[in-house]
Amino acid sequence: MNTLSTKTISIDCLRYDPATDREPRWQAYELPFTDDMSVLQGLQYIKDNLDGSLTFRWSCRMAICGSCGMMLNDKPALACETFLRDFHPGRVRVEPLNHFPIIRDLVIDQTDFLAKLESVKPYLIPREDKAVADGTFLQTPQQMQEYYQYSQCINCLLCYAACPQYGLNPAFTGPGALALLHRYNADSRDAGTHERMQIVNAEDGVWGCTLVGYCSEVCPKAVDPARAVNVNKINSTKDFFRHLLMPK
Amino acid sequence: MTVGPGQAVSNVKAFVRPMGSWWLRNPFYRWYMVRESSCIVITAYAAVLLCGLLRLAQGRLAFDAWRESLASPWAVGFHLVALPLVTYHAWTWFKVMPKTLPFISIAGHRLADRTIVVSGVVAAIAASILVFLAVFLNAPRVSP
Repeated sequence: MNTLSTKTISIDCLRYDPATDREPRWQAYELPFTDDMSVLQGLQYIKDNLDGSLTFRWSCRMAICGSCGMMLNDKPALACETFLRDFHPGRVRVEPLNHFPIIRDLVIDQTDFLAKLESVKPYLIPREDKAVADGTFLQTPQQMQEYYQYSQCINCLLCYAACPQYGLNPAFTGPGALALLHRYNADSRDAGTHERMQIVNAEDGVWGCTLVGYCSEVCPKAVDPARAVNVNKINSTKDFFRHLLMPK
Repeated sequence: MTVGPGQAVSNVKAFVRPMGSWWLRNPFYRWYMVRESSCIVITAYAAVLLCGLLRLAQGRLAFDAWRESLASPWAVGFHLVALPLVTYHAWTWFKVMPKTLPFISIAGHRLADRTIVVSGVVAAIAASILVFLAVFLNAPRVSP
């Protein structure tokens, strides 16, 4: 940290201690900052110098791990790739990601998402097992293009914080898990589509989406989850008619 | 310990924030609500057009009466409200069009989302001009 910095910024943090608080409360911090400081570095400055009790998740500091997602002035963003200078001279309002239960301060309970992630079988289900000696499953660049952008998801949950449908109905599978579901369904090496279509077709599957589209706006990896979800409305419709015309 | 969807990860008393007036929190949500609520006006506008079609089937007198009713201040006011809302609704359809389409490749290159949106808008404007011209070029020269 540059000690010559003369600029200061105010960060309003939503605080919640389950042991003592009935509901979250706001706490303001004033801190010096330099132009190269991210919001995450601001929070680290608070924790190291002003208030050691402030709790938040972080790890890689370079938008790869997906740990530091939070609401910054009401918008879901990664704290590590959002800069304090962009808010100055205004204040920064930091809250835990919307639509998730708060465990403590800026830390949310991810349990619901992790269960959904597991339910979409986010792994290749090959047509038949292949011995290692028989080599890898081959794929053309065109076939890879079909799923590549969806494989860039870092599970940061910004899309869930952006999705009012998830906030109103937590049973909705949600943008992130559905995008990862599509990532595997769109993979030419995968044969698990039939198993995953049950989740796509369900009441709380893709049909829970009303195409607000904000999930794709806030995604830091350009995964475009809204596209994955809405393309699967077509797939779900095709699946419905296929079963209607050719019942097993 | 196995934890299912919606179950807390521990015994910690987690706080769930209410969703009341969520659409006021972000401009993106407010525009979404404009898009969704504009369908009411679009339905009303469609009903007006349908009414015109029924009156046309009933004969010239009925159709002229319908046209006259459109000149009332209420009808003009309704159309002034409906025009921007229908235009905005149409624009949002083109804006989200790439989100509803599988990837389209032409000669091995993926069509950019922007190209899809622009083509849709251009096609809509071209179609509107054609309809406009068709109506005006075929309009009766002398009023009865």
